[in-house]
Amino acid sequence: MTTPLLTLTDRGLHCPDGDFTIDPWRKVDRAIITHGHGDHARNGMGHYWTAAPGVPILRKRLGQYSPVEGIPYGERRSFGAVTVSFHPAGHILGSAQVRVQRGNEVWVVTGDFKREADPTCAPFEPVPCDVLVTEATFAYPIYQWPNPETVMAEIYAWWQRCAAEDRPAVLYTYALGKAQRILAGLHAFTKETVWLHGAIDGLTRIYREAGVTMVPTVPVSEMPRSDRGAGRLILAPPSAAGSKWAKRFRGASTGFASGWMQVRGTRRRKGYDEGFVLSDHADWPGLLRTVEDSGAKRVLATHGHTDALLAHLQGQGIEAQALATPYGETEEG
Amino acid sequence: MNAFAALLTALERARSTGRKLELLTAYFKTAPAGDAAWALHLLTGRRPQRIASGPELRRWLGEATGLSEAVLEATYAHVGDLAETLALVLPPPPAGTIAPATSLQALLEETLAPLRGASAETRKHALLALWKAYPQGPRLWLNKLITGGLRVGVGEGLTLRALGQAFGLDPAVLQHRWMSPQTPSAEAFVALVDPENATLNWAAPYPFCLAQPLRDGALPPHPSTAVLAEWKWDGVRCQLVRREGKTALWSRGRERLEDRFPELAAAAKGLPEGTVLDGELLAWAGDGPGPFIELSRRLQRKRITAALQRTVPVRFMAYDLLELHGEDLRPQPLAQRRQRLEALLASAPAPALMLSPQLDNRSWESLAALRADARSQAAEGLMLKHEASTYESGRRHQSWWKWKLDPETVDAILLYAQPGHGRRANLYTDFTFAVWDQGALVPLAKAYSGLDEATLERLDHWIRRHTKERFGPVRSVTPALVFELAFDSAHAAPRRKAGMALRFPRIHRWREDLSIEDADELETLKARLLPHG
Repeated sequence: MTTPLLTLTDRGLHCPDGDFTIDPWRKVDRAIITHGHGDHARNGMGHYWTAAPGVPILRKRLGQYSPVEGIPYGERRSFGAVTVSFHPAGHILGSAQVRVQRGNEVWVVTGDFKREADPTCAPFEPVPCDVLVTEATFAYPIYQWPNPETVMAEIYAWWQRCAAEDRPAVLYTYALGKAQRILAGLHAFTKETVWLHGAIDGLTRIYREAGVTMVPTVPVSEMPRSDRGAGRLILAPPSAAGSKWAKRFRGASTGFASGWMQVRGTRRRKGYDEGFVLSDHADWPGLLRTVEDSGAKRVLATHGHTDALLAHLQGQGIEAQALATPYGETEEG
Repeated sequence: MNAFAALLTALERARSTGRKLELLTAYFKTAPAGDAAWALHLLTGRRPQRIASGPELRRWLGEATGLSEAVLEATYAHVGDLAETLALVLPPPPAGTIAPATSLQALLEETLAPLRGASAETRKHALLALWKAYPQGPRLWLNKLITGGLRVGVGEGLTLRALGQAFGLDPAVLQHRWMSPQTPSAEAFVALVDPENATLNWAAPYPFCLAQPLRDGALPPHPSTAVLAEWKWDGVRCQLVRREGKTALWSRGRERLEDRFPELAAAAKGLPEGTVLDGELLAWAGDGPGPFIELSRRLQRKRITAALQRTVPVRFMAYDLLELHGEDLRPQPLAQRRQRLEALLASAPAPALMLSPQLDNRSWESLAALRADARSQAAEGLMLKHEASTYESGRRHQSWWKWKLDPETVDAILLYAQPGHGRRANLYTDFTFAVWDQGALVPLAKAYSGLDEATLERLDHWIRRHTKERFGPVRSVTPALVFELAFDSAHAAPRRKAGMALRFPRIHRWREDLSIEDADELETLKARLLPHG
């Protein structure tokens, strides 16, 4: 009787044979990181491995001299008796699924992923496996994403409406990934400058250095004091909403870009003027398609919203269980 | 339907009352009369009868999507709103599909109305076709019509203001016409908004004059002797109309009640032609008002037996005279109306018609003492009306006040939580609270309102982390949080586990300073609140 290839411990998804932990939330010596969001990449690990395009993001988050090693997508590395490789997850720049192989047995940990096209990162690559550990952030059939290009057109139209009314348009969005995806998406409509909150500016530089084409951007700190942002589009993280920083943009129309905006109750409660349904996570069809593409006989779901997905997969004769992880607790989406 | 759906979507997103008024006015100006009639009906809170039950809809949704019951249950629990779940789970119509141009009137009268009572198969096919035809936006509102759950946060007052603006009508005239409900139709709508139309139905009541609440120890800015004081009765506010040899009894909610209270209809026969009384419908127990719960027993029954009239007798407690011999008395000062009311009831005595007594108003102190004793009269406090006040419509005047008793309170423990509806559909906002009964917790009351959004969000987060069990959309939580509930009164309820029930319970505050051991005991509550014996 062999030990399972991956097991959930109080620190993360641990591989005893390879002596590493995937996306640990407490200190371990050897960490394999799927992507640079705060709930997956945490400080204090002895050594980090991640997909090569994600290294600058990790260094920005963990410190310039942190022990981070990049491995190109697809390259196989041995960790003891197991082989590990990173495969594009399409979530954000440098995001990866982690493939773990021992003999003939293959497990894949998707990390966060999406199936829609995104000009800021490599597209999701289906990886066949026996056991799939999948995220399940938007794992209900009400989540079926609209075409991202349509959503970009909506964002642009809203900005133009605000400009016509001489108001600032402040769009709240997650600083890493979503913001850059919007900046890249807007490039099809305009070459006008978009203004960035400091938390978004630094990360956007990393995307530019990686060769992602986006509209021109300038940090808000360089906006003349007398400028109240009328007619401008300003991107900021949700934490800046209602802050002193935001007060500068008097009379602003506010928007929020997130998959959660699909549900009316959330939309109304968050209190933004506009909700744009744009997510970097897989929607319901995306989750089902990924399970199918993997050919996995067994599926383990993380992120908490798993009940509908488990019931659906079990109905299809797939062994499906939930894994209790703290991922997604910031409701990043 | 598309214009109405667009209106509802825009209303939901509107942040200010001014914007809502603007949207409503624009809609009424452009909508065809038949559509406007139905829109008015729906916007003022009348609900269409539902066409399919929740379980039926979920079953058909399962057939249409191939999703299992378990998946749909979990999804519904996540969204918290069936109409919205249906709208989002069904695939959107193919790109470029144009929503049917069916008018709201045609949709309601020709498509939906014939489905009521039709076979399950017929209803299913019709609804599947509708779902396929409409994009997700209008589909949501269509589903709200199908489930009978349409709720629009605009209120009757705002809707009527918009209607008045759209057609340049005097608000008082519109409100008076509005008091007599009509089946929605183009003709009825045209008559309602026609500035020249002067005909009113014989039964038409007047718009009710409402009182301002007195808060925080404030008193009316008058000497007490200029104010007429009465008990604030705990019944149903009504107008009793006697015209053309017929009687109508109207509740404030524009409902006709005379068939449910034949003893009042009989008593009204003694009133002169062209009489309208304003007063309170009360259950009567011997020599004083009975509890409200008794009256609601009568209100719920459609078939009124002699036995019921004997076991739950009722009275009409009159406190104002709005019309006599066909003359509109509303412009007269209250003191004069009151004199004529007293004379009228003395000349046409009937046991079911009573005069609400005038209370001693020689000083504010004497009135305060009476208010403190209101519960002994089964009253909620005092009504104070300036002696010179004319009978105005609505609450926008400064001459009537209600001086209610301070609410009772109880410290209770959060036990169950359920998501709200509409705007709060995926936030836990509906709570069940328990108190101690010999070391065990028994549910005492449900409460929905009283917390601000930020607190609700915090509580929602806590509930999701402290869930013990889930029963459909309901979660039981670890007993740990104590809340102070306010309520107006309590009554015995033998069929409830606690043996008692609270009237209008609402959350006063989250007692984060208390632990569950500090919550109230059922026994002491009963001793304090329920009449003995």
